[in-house]
Amino acid sequence: MPIHEKSLIRPENLKTHDSLVIEGVDVSGHWSTFIEPRVVTDYNENLEDEIAAMPGGDKIHRCWQCGSCTNACTVNAIEPRFNPRYWIYLIRTGMEAELLRDKDIIWQCVSCHKCTHICPRDVEPEGVMKATAHWLTMKGYTPPSPSHIFDEEFTHQIVRRGRIEDTEVLHNFLRKTKQPLLQDWLTAIAFAIGKRLPVKWGLKMAWAQIFKPRTRGWDKARVALEAYIHEVESERKAVIESHGRPPQQARAPMREAAE
Amino acid sequence: MVDITDKAKKYASVGYYPGCALEGTGNGYDVSTRAIAKKLGLGLREVSNWNCCGAMEVKNVDPKIQTYLSARVLSQAVNEDRMDVVMAPCNGCYHNLKKAEHDLAHDPKAIEVVEKLSTKAGHKAYKAGEAETIHALDWLKAAVGEEGLRERTKGKLAGLKIANYYGCMYVRPRHIFPEKDQGPDSESTSQPHFMDDLLAAAGAENVSFPLKTACCGGAHTLSDSDTSTKLVLNILQAAEASGAEVIATECPTCHTGLEMHQVRAEKRFGKKTNVKVLYFTQLLGLALGIGPRTLGIHTNISDAMDLIIEKRLT
Repeated sequence: MPIHEKSLIRPENLKTHDSLVIEGVDVSGHWSTFIEPRVVTDYNENLEDEIAAMPGGDKIHRCWQCGSCTNACTVNAIEPRFNPRYWIYLIRTGMEAELLRDKDIIWQCVSCHKCTHICPRDVEPEGVMKATAHWLTMKGYTPPSPSHIFDEEFTHQIVRRGRIEDTEVLHNFLRKTKQPLLQDWLTAIAFAIGKRLPVKWGLKMAWAQIFKPRTRGWDKARVALEAYIHEVESERKAVIESHGRPPQQARAPMREAAE
Repeated sequence: MVDITDKAKKYASVGYYPGCALEGTGNGYDVSTRAIAKKLGLGLREVSNWNCCGAMEVKNVDPKIQTYLSARVLSQAVNEDRMDVVMAPCNGCYHNLKKAEHDLAHDPKAIEVVEKLSTKAGHKAYKAGEAETIHALDWLKAAVGEEGLRERTKGKLAGLKIANYYGCMYVRPRHIFPEKDQGPDSESTSQPHFMDDLLAAAGAENVSFPLKTACCGGAHTLSDSDTSTKLVLNILQAAEASGAEVIATECPTCHTGLEMHQVRAEKRFGKKTNVKVLYFTQLLGLALGIGPRTLGIHTNISDAMDLIIEKRLT
């Protein structure tokens, strides 16, 4: 079938003929581009279930593919490959290999909620993006993204003490992502503001770093939250282990037979 | 529609949930909010022994934990402090408390998890409808109102060109804000105007600013800094192109993001912008004759003192 909207198809799946006559009709020129026929055999039939089991992914089945999410998307405007509508389509049809081509950018969702705001089917695509990023890490397809590390550090502090302390989040995040603490722009900010701040402020910040802000009597909440996190994480692991196949087997079923 | 005078009475004294950001990087927002409350004779009683609402991160580990954390704050306000209105100036806190309210009214699974965790943690579970969550904008708009501000500020901000920036969490997603988009007196999710109204009442000239609800990339301010810088630069440049001298903010994450990435855009991309960034409460404080130091303006990264002196706002 000749196609007109060439930008929608990945270049490797396009076939262009210089001069072509089909059944006596000359179809060279604008209509000379065809989609390469292909047979997809490596579906992950449980892909939608796996994503639905991740935090935020439970409404993915509601999608009607209207594309409002991608149209509204903040990240799509600066990175055209960031396409929530398309990824939801791939997940729902089990096209795992296709989805994995974009595995390194899915975590970049900035949670602006424009998609969830506009979605006529209440899919909450923002949650689906976070769920997909979580799934990629759980399956071992990507190392934990900087965003994932940040989320875990942040949550860990809240579970432990009930509150967070800015400088500790910043410090631990930079350490865990192996970035130097003395970033040129951070030091520029520190110098600019340091000149204006009274000594009292410096003391206040130092105080907060030594005596971390905490919610009184939080211990019982901490224990309850730790148990709950353990419970939901185990449930997610069970879904992936019972449904999904390990990545290598999904790609190359032949090797499994040989072994 | 609620009678406006009833609302003014109800909001004259409210529960105050500052949240973690206002105790840290967003301290200028906290001190300026308290300073204008004092000046205007409004009561702010801090929610006792509060905890973090879950910010933008916890839901990515599990959304129900975020619902619990926000519900714990509301439970504290209702059961320990006997409050019926909780005012949260931070967009993140405000959003999460509203989200918890929505989930606890619509999602049986959320109710079940919150009840289970609350019992284990040893406090009463919050139930939907026990308290009303409002933003600092809702609070001032109803408790003082435009007429009240006009009288008390005598147009002091006259000649100051302001771009009002609301960000994401104050308006999106629409379903957690059932009181918005309910006619001319309510807030709009597509064209928010409460901050515009308050600052205009204080005499400011609000410029026509197309990126009121654009995203500053606050969630990835550290984890994907280049994306954040691009998004912030867009906002700063659009504000300057609109003729603004100041961007008024009502969220500590947006505010710090705009300030930090203004510096970063210059350092990393060589793009310099001069527009200043101030919390709307700092601007209203100046209009009410409160000193810049009392409003924490010296603790902002963005140094607006020259502009404040030039405009005779001290």
